[in-house]
Amino acid sequence: MSKPFLSIENLTQQYPDGQGGMMTVFENATFGVEKGEFVCILGHSGCGKSTIMNILAGLAEPTSGVVTMDGREVSGPSLDRGVVFQNYSLLPWLSTLKNVSFGVVARHPDWSKAKVLDHSRQYLAMVGLEGDVIHRKPSQLSGGMRQRVSIARAFANHPKLLLLDEPFGALDALTRGTIQDKLLKIWGDSGQTVFMITHDIDEAILLADRILLMTNGPFARVAESVDITIPRPRNRTAIVEHPNYYAIRNHLVQFLGKRSKDLAGQASDGAAQRPETVRIDLTGTAEDPTPEPRLRAVNT
Amino acid sequence: MPILSLNQRALLLSVVILVVGLLIWEAAIPAQQAVGELTEYERLTGGGAAKAGVPPPSQVFVKAWEELSNPFYDAGPNDKGIGIQIGYSIYRVLTGYAMAALIAIPLGFLIGMSPVAYKALNPFIQVLRPISPLAWMPLALFIIQDSEASAIFVIFICSIWPMLINTAFGVAGVRQDWVNVARTHELGHFKTAFTVILPAAAPTIVTGMRISIGIAWLVIVAAEMLVGGTGIGYYVWNEWNNLDLTSVIFSILMIGIVGMMLDAAFASLQRAVAYVE
Repeated sequence: MSKPFLSIENLTQQYPDGQGGMMTVFENATFGVEKGEFVCILGHSGCGKSTIMNILAGLAEPTSGVVTMDGREVSGPSLDRGVVFQNYSLLPWLSTLKNVSFGVVARHPDWSKAKVLDHSRQYLAMVGLEGDVIHRKPSQLSGGMRQRVSIARAFANHPKLLLLDEPFGALDALTRGTIQDKLLKIWGDSGQTVFMITHDIDEAILLADRILLMTNGPFARVAESVDITIPRPRNRTAIVEHPNYYAIRNHLVQFLGKRSKDLAGQASDGAAQRPETVRIDLTGTAEDPTPEPRLRAVNT
Repeated sequence: MPILSLNQRALLLSVVILVVGLLIWEAAIPAQQAVGELTEYERLTGGGAAKAGVPPPSQVFVKAWEELSNPFYDAGPNDKGIGIQIGYSIYRVLTGYAMAALIAIPLGFLIGMSPVAYKALNPFIQVLRPISPLAWMPLALFIIQDSEASAIFVIFICSIWPMLINTAFGVAGVRQDWVNVARTHELGHFKTAFTVILPAAAPTIVTGMRISIGIAWLVIVAAEMLVGGTGIGYYVWNEWNNLDLTSVIFSILMIGIVGMMLDAAFASLQRAVAYVE
């Protein structure tokens, strides 16, 4: 069996609990992400989502376990894994354009200045930032604009994997909607592999091919992998009409509201903890309003 | 009547305070007693000579005009123009200050980046920092054996601390998010230091540089009173020995003006590196 594009194997993170013992955040987490896939991870605060993200980005080291991407082990940060941080992390002393070209220069040190600026402008235009705006400092931009700059910076580098850490958490609902649409469009055009943390169930359904569900910590695990059986291109007003939408949404709400607690706190006994694949597809069986989710073992 | 802007009103008030202050000063100086009929005894004891006193502002203005219209004359060791004296002082301050900056900023970077270096060097800094720079003077004179170089050393030792501490503080306080941006873009250590940490810490570093130049200018006057020969500090003390209080007051004003200009230069540098988060 060939490994998926991004493969997380037996990932374990422990911290000293301050009383001489160790606190296990998650243990033996094992899952994969295929090339070109858009995967969202949902879970309550403290379950270790951000820790997984930091390990994938190479900014943190796991206690044990291996992450491989494209057949190579991940160690340390790399330009192949672009990160969009929750708080944008733009450099406040650089203009919007310079913030993007900063990344382009790092990726392509051999490019001419004109080429770098041209490339940066092009990606800023993709997120709808053009004209005078690109010469402003981040402090002169709205929160939504800042996050768009951050997304442009990440996409402009063509990373093999794009990591989004709750990118829209600090934005109001309307701004979030327009940027989600922009993100979907750029992702559709680029075919990039995306791994995203979110707290927002509707956002996850709109964006993702697959949603990973995490139980509560400690001993959190990636318990389920829910396929989003809604065809693309998706549109926020149209998908709510789709027969699968509320079935999937209910499943997610049930998990986060109840089962994430029930499944929490189980040590793994050293076995790899693979998520169960959940596929909810009501097209064709739409007359049955509450089907049992069909469960099947994940195929990795 | 048009309403004046805030700045105009402030300017007006400043002028009023200046004029009133000068008038009070002028009026407070007792007029020299008119030399009337003196007895022979009074003439013999110098009763007819003018009494030494604090000069009125009008005399200071005349002196200032005289000095500033020919600031660079050199008529021997004890009679040089005010421009030459200030030039010597600025030269010493900038030399000592530049040497301090060359050591304090790289060292501060190291201390800020490395918690071990911070903990190891902190006790030395805390002991050396509160020492009055002039206390180093005898040691400097003995070791360096050159009064000019000793004055520069005193400037060096007094201006190093604020720059060192502020650089370390600024570098240590750079937000981890920005460092993470550098890391995810695979920037090397030097690239990270120059393109991320330096601009992020620059406002704090320049604040330290501004404090340092202020202290250096305070200290140079005292240092030059001790080492003598040239400089604005020596000039003040020399005019005091000549009992020329007009020149003393004039040079005090000049010290203030030069100090203000040095501070203004660093204030504009501070504005240039400032950023809003």
